[in-house]
Amino acid sequence: MGLSPRPEPSFTELTGDEPWMTTKLDAFVNWGRKNSLWPMPFGTACCAIEFMASAASKYDLARFGMERQAFSPRQADLLICAGRVPFKLAPVLRRIWQQMPQPKWCISMGACASSGGMFDNYAVVQGIDSIIPVDVYVPGCPPRPEGLLYGIMMLQKKVSNERMSDKTLRNEMEPDPKSQLYIPPSVIDEVSEPFGNSVHQTRSGL
Amino acid sequence: MSASFSPVIAGSALGPNAPAPATPRNVPNRGGAMNPTVDAIRARFSGAVQRADVVWGETTIVVDRARVHDIILWLHDDPSQSYNYLSDVTAVEFRDLEQPLEVVWHLRSLPYRRFLRVKVLIEKGSSMDVPSVWDIYKAADWLERECYDMFGITFSGHPDLRRLLMWEQYKEGYPLRKDFPLRGRFSRSEQLRQALAANPEARYSKEELSIADAFEDLPVDMRRRLDTGERTGE
Repeated sequence: MGLSPRPEPSFTELTGDEPWMTTKLDAFVNWGRKNSLWPMPFGTACCAIEFMASAASKYDLARFGMERQAFSPRQADLLICAGRVPFKLAPVLRRIWQQMPQPKWCISMGACASSGGMFDNYAVVQGIDSIIPVDVYVPGCPPRPEGLLYGIMMLQKKVSNERMSDKTLRNEMEPDPKSQLYIPPSVIDEVSEPFGNSVHQTRSGL
Repeated sequence: MSASFSPVIAGSALGPNAPAPATPRNVPNRGGAMNPTVDAIRARFSGAVQRADVVWGETTIVVDRARVHDIILWLHDDPSQSYNYLSDVTAVEFRDLEQPLEVVWHLRSLPYRRFLRVKVLIEKGSSMDVPSVWDIYKAADWLERECYDMFGITFSGHPDLRRLLMWEQYKEGYPLRKDFPLRGRFSRSEQLRQALAANPEARYSKEELSIADAFEDLPVDMRRRLDTGERTGE
């Protein structure tokens, strides 16, 4: 109805004046990945409030390709652990990390997630990097949205420098007692700082 | 299934001319008007009340461990007291090694607008058994579990006395006791190893799942294990 049919493209049109470019596959893939990170917030404390502020309209994570937040680990690229993680939650956090498909990254947001923060006590994991690998640590208690955005931009820079030929990057290693690299907890006890300034501290007994 | 819901109107037992509730002013630290319930308890349970204080206008009584269940049952059931709201069950341990542990019940009577704090002393080295008030107040379920988890006080008569805040396989003791080191008894690596060894799904027994009517939705193998009395994942 009034529309002329779309002209058939001829071979010369496709190959003639079409603009084209060359690039490295790494650069192209990483460009795509870093601009479409789907974050999964693992918010347990006040850092999650700041994360919500970062995602809301004023700071707007969508500018970084994070429009779609994944609330399922199976559809997420980026785990943002915002808040302290108690020991009771440690197996849960590790399970969530294992459920995320590769490629995946992790941001540890805030002092508690990065180091246990002020909660140097019996209940809180002293840094989630003892459970899962962490790419970027964001300091702060809690970090302002600008801080988180800076951490995300650092992660984007990290993603853009990855090389697909580096196979070790995506290897997931579970601690294997038979491996040469395995350090048993008793050795970790010995080489790590004598911890605690309180009385009645005992070693692991392994 | 349950009795029909009947609302409790605060202050309803005080009659139509009861004064409107107001924030008390100029309350002395010690002394002041004692809760009239204390005299009623003294009259009914002679010798059971070891001590009664009024601190900042709130009445605290220390009672015999063996008779605390009877006293709380009477406070709940008697229409002249009707303490129908249990707001807290907790415990206190002092740094002074001589001083006994205290188990504390916070009772509130909504119709009479009264508050009563009931304490039981547990001498150091004596048994940690305290009667449970779960059969009087269902609210005591989790409160007593938390108190057991943090202080190791065993409430006899509680139907399901398990840890509430720490995970159930927690082996380091009772965190709020004064002899418990702040960072726990084990090293960090051992704590982490034990925590990671826990199965995240190992949270439910069949009783809990049948309450939630979720049993039929479970995978076959989990149903089989629950049927044999296992907790899932353990």
